[in-house]
Amino acid sequence: MATFIHALGGRFLAVVQEAGAMMLFLLEGLALTFVPPYRPRRVLQELELIGVKSTLIILLTGAFTGMVLGLQGYYTLRKYGSESALGSAVALSLIREMGPVLTAIMVSARAGSAVTAEIGIMRITEQLDALDTMAVNPMQYVVMPKLIAGVIAVPLLTAIFDVVGILGGYLIGVVLLGVSSGAYFSGMVQSVVPLDINGGIVKSLVFGITIVLVACYKGYYTEHGAEGVSRATNQTVVLSAILILAWDYVLTSFFM
Amino acid sequence: MIKIIDLVKSFNGQRVLDGINLEVPRGQITVVIGKSGVGKSVLLKHLVGLLKPDSGQVLVDGQDITRFSGRQLQELRKRFAVLFQGGALFDSLNVFGNIAFPLREKTRLSEAEIRRRVFERLDQMHLTPDVALKYPAELSGGMKKRVALARAMIQEPEIILYDEPVTGLDPPMTNTVFHLISKTHQESGYTAMMVSHDIPDVFQVSDQVAMLHRGKIIAQGAPAEIQRHPDPVVQSFIRGEVDFLED
Repeated sequence: MATFIHALGGRFLAVVQEAGAMMLFLLEGLALTFVPPYRPRRVLQELELIGVKSTLIILLTGAFTGMVLGLQGYYTLRKYGSESALGSAVALSLIREMGPVLTAIMVSARAGSAVTAEIGIMRITEQLDALDTMAVNPMQYVVMPKLIAGVIAVPLLTAIFDVVGILGGYLIGVVLLGVSSGAYFSGMVQSVVPLDINGGIVKSLVFGITIVLVACYKGYYTEHGAEGVSRATNQTVVLSAILILAWDYVLTSFFM
Repeated sequence: MIKIIDLVKSFNGQRVLDGINLEVPRGQITVVIGKSGVGKSVLLKHLVGLLKPDSGQVLVDGQDITRFSGRQLQELRKRFAVLFQGGALFDSLNVFGNIAFPLREKTRLSEAEIRRRVFERLDQMHLTPDVALKYPAELSGGMKKRVALARAMIQEPEIILYDEPVTGLDPPMTNTVFHLISKTHQESGYTAMMVSHDIPDVFQVSDQVAMLHRGKIIAQGAPAEIQRHPDPVVQSFIRGEVDFLED
């Protein structure tokens, strides 16, 4: 029993320690944003990797999510004779909840894992040490541009997801199932308030930082060769998904 | 120039360096030999502050760098260049980008001047200009080492650290790389520390040799002295005998 409690305590302390280390890692990365050289070109390169290259997957998932919401929403609302509220239902679901969460999970799966693998390989092949020995801070050259790119790209991708999702819901609800186009959009305009949009933006910002932080941290501290890179990549996707959902609950309760 | 005093370093309770004492004289190439996994690269990484020792000192021009802050280490590293075992070339940059990297990061030279210096180094390393556009993944092991050497040399550092510079190369390429190291050393007169287990080839380029065994320097001297050293462990290593260091 004592051994079990000892092991449990040890595990808990390790988790707290890692959370603290991650927080310090984030603070260092963000602080370096304000220290020259500012590296705008590196930020643009990372925006392409994290943002532009995730666009197609966001377009696809956004469209299908909106179509499913349109379909499910239509048949649920029809039971109460409220098909005209379909636009509001689709828009609120996407803007408040599904847009930020699904975008973050998709970006984590696509770009987060790629970032961890890239930095992990740089670690095991001594490229990060090489930067250090050339008096170039690897945190500033490698991590900081990715953090900034994550903060910029994820909210923009979320906005794309929301818009495409609303159009997907329109395609199913209005074009295929016959809901009035005017009712679809006017209901949306009346029911979506600035707090909904602000909440979605704040969520996507927090998720963006979380994804890139986890991805960079796991890659930066990769050990034990190729197997270590594989393990770190896996941990990035799992931990990001858990943290995104946990943050989602916290932020939703804050914005309700 | 560099003096290592009672350096101790352990990983997970295992003492890898157990009180290392070594001097690296200015303008000479000092080679640390020893079997794989004995801690040679660990020792090398202490010299640029990539690792912090558990105890002991690393003096560079009399200053103990183990107590340096991050900023002081950055300043110190401007005097160093490191040739890593695998080359540590940046995958995302082509050969030109890799060699130009230190100049672009740490100098205000014009692109034309950077270009001139990069192609001069490529030529010095017997690499053709078309190699400049290739990426590290497209290079052979020998080419990677020579590109890494060109990158190390481009800033004309005072001190170069070589981590197993010829590991994995065939004999002709081993000779080529040692020849290039020897030639650049004669031209520039830099101070160097090299870790290697390539016996006897490494004796060609060394001014001083030290042998690391079980965390300690057990022999030190000119190459000829080491080759005649009475310690059976040293002799056994030089002759490449099997299991002489079985733990």
